[in-house]
Amino acid sequence: MAQIFHPSMRVVSRASILASLIVIGFIGWVGWDWYRSGYFTGVNVPVEQPVPFSHEHHVNGLGISCGYCHTSVEKAAFAGIPPTHTCMTCHSQIWTGAPMLEPVRASYRTQKPLEWVRVHDLPDFAYFNHSIHVNKGMACQVCHGDVNIMPLTWKSSTLQMAWCLDCHRAPEKYIRPVEEIYNFDYKPPADQIAFGKELVKKYNVQVKQLTDCSICHR
Amino acid sequence: MANHHHTDTLERPEPLVAPKETYGTITDKIAGDVLHTKTPKAMMVTLAITSGLLLVFVLSIGAVLLFGPGVWGNNNPVGWAFEITNFVWWVGIGHAGTLISAILLLLHQHWRNAINRFAEAMTLFAVMCAGLFPALHTGRQWLDYWLIPYPNTMGMWVNFRSPLIWDVFAVTTYLTVSFMFWFVGLIPDLAAMRDKSTKHWQKVIYGILAMGWRGSAHHWHRYEMSYLLLAGLATPLVVSVHSVVSFDFAVSLLPGWHATIFPPYFVAGAIYSGFAMVITLMIPARKWYKLESFITDRHLDYMAKIMLATGLIVFYGYLCELFFAYYSGSLYEHFMMKNRIFGPYWWSYWLLIFCNGLTPQLLWFKKVRTNIVLLFIISIVVNVGMWLERFVIVVTSLHRDFLPSSWDMFHPTIWDWGLYLGTIGFFVWLIYMFVRVMPMISIFEIKHLLPWRGRIIDTSADAN
Repeated sequence: MAQIFHPSMRVVSRASILASLIVIGFIGWVGWDWYRSGYFTGVNVPVEQPVPFSHEHHVNGLGISCGYCHTSVEKAAFAGIPPTHTCMTCHSQIWTGAPMLEPVRASYRTQKPLEWVRVHDLPDFAYFNHSIHVNKGMACQVCHGDVNIMPLTWKSSTLQMAWCLDCHRAPEKYIRPVEEIYNFDYKPPADQIAFGKELVKKYNVQVKQLTDCSICHR
Repeated sequence: MANHHHTDTLERPEPLVAPKETYGTITDKIAGDVLHTKTPKAMMVTLAITSGLLLVFVLSIGAVLLFGPGVWGNNNPVGWAFEITNFVWWVGIGHAGTLISAILLLLHQHWRNAINRFAEAMTLFAVMCAGLFPALHTGRQWLDYWLIPYPNTMGMWVNFRSPLIWDVFAVTTYLTVSFMFWFVGLIPDLAAMRDKSTKHWQKVIYGILAMGWRGSAHHWHRYEMSYLLLAGLATPLVVSVHSVVSFDFAVSLLPGWHATIFPPYFVAGAIYSGFAMVITLMIPARKWYKLESFITDRHLDYMAKIMLATGLIVFYGYLCELFFAYYSGSLYEHFMMKNRIFGPYWWSYWLLIFCNGLTPQLLWFKKVRTNIVLLFIISIVVNVGMWLERFVIVVTSLHRDFLPSSWDMFHPTIWDWGLYLGTIGFFVWLIYMFVRVMPMISIFEIKHLLPWRGRIIDTSADAN
């Protein structure tokens, strides 16, 4: 009786066992990296806007604080996108003819708001509130990164749930005095954990509640 | 030894393999049934019905995926009804396979050699049907992979304290081990199939599946060792899987569920229903493929005896439930039992007692156990009874709990029935496909029996 398989199948069949493990491992690795990559999360990817607004220029160059434009950050869930009037407080006086700023002037003329593209978009089932965070010593910088050096705006955090929970499980790692929330030059003390724990106590942050489902998913 | 003589004079049992069979005829018959025998007519007719049910199955799944679990009759308080009933029913049916393969192997019950392959295949298919129900019941089926703990971007693990997640582990372990057991046991037979095939493509497929089996002493040595180890692995699963399934209920606080007797009583029920299903499937398969040489009346008699024994344990469980309800002194337990027996679902309870309590008593009689038609009918009644048991436990406990203001009735919809009957179609269809492509009886294990045939086989006679 003729052989069904060529003798080389001896090696092939054994190698296929190893190969299947490698393939499974490879698929797992690709999946792992994919969901954490900037391509998927948008981290470090600048978002195109109607006007190429530079936080770097306005914050570092001119020294405007976050709260000047994002007015409701200490009082409301939404930090607020400034109306065209806020831009025009300065730009009705300087760079009045700059072609780059034409959409701003057009918006002012026609009374139609600028359509900024959202950079940080949480899913609708997560209820995020800016005011509680900044009032308990969570600085803008902690989540939004070094916005003061961003010529265009991008996300610096994944906004994935594991990232939220990293802090909700141990806020002492990131908390700072409330006076420092707008300070991009803030340096955490060497004993941040001990210091953080003090602040957590001082600001009455109920760490146990922070991982309740209903804290974010209401 | 005296014992041996004694039994010899009493009654000579029917041999486990018909005297006319030899090493050659066994392979020719069982392998030939796959390779050459024309599919029996009766099988083709029932396959048509089964395929119809398979369409109902696809349709019913489609309805749930498209419109959500709202198509079912579930409501508040009956949050799960047919889904969990069917899940437990199917998992239970699967238990016969492992019991036959593993426990009966370790106990040297050689008559298992004729039915283990078939029962293991049945186990695999039953567990597949079972897994479908909770997977569809989640409502967001595309997120079902959340049931598996894996490092994810949510920074979350599954709730390890929930019996429902224990279920996931129990059932997936069960499926994996059962598959391993079934496949490892198939390897020598797949090699026989490879060698008996006449067409090249058949040789290639069976050849790949046989993984280079040449039947050398080395191969057999390793095979025996791994099969024994797998049997050892599978043995605790027979008990553990359905115990874990029963925790879904027992760990909760609902009257009718919160009972310590659940694990043993569920395990007995599982084996009971599993053997009933083996009998239901084996009787027609034996007739259509003329397998009377291998699956003798003695085999059916043994299976019927196991069914009787486990059936009695199950019935004892029902009586215990009655006693517990009385003895607990709890108003809610009293009410639950009264509601179960005389409430709006009274018919399901009484039907259950008829199917599982009274009908198996017929199996005390040898005349009944060896009457094929009667045995077939009883096995179906038991299947129905075991389904009713789960229905009674799930629905009558849920629909009237502590708070009368939340009481409601459960009425199954066409999609509840569609999915249930659909899985039966899917299950039988898979069995048919299995019978057509794999040797449904273990060829080499039947051959093991040849030197033994005609003797009473028990462990003490092993040396003889």
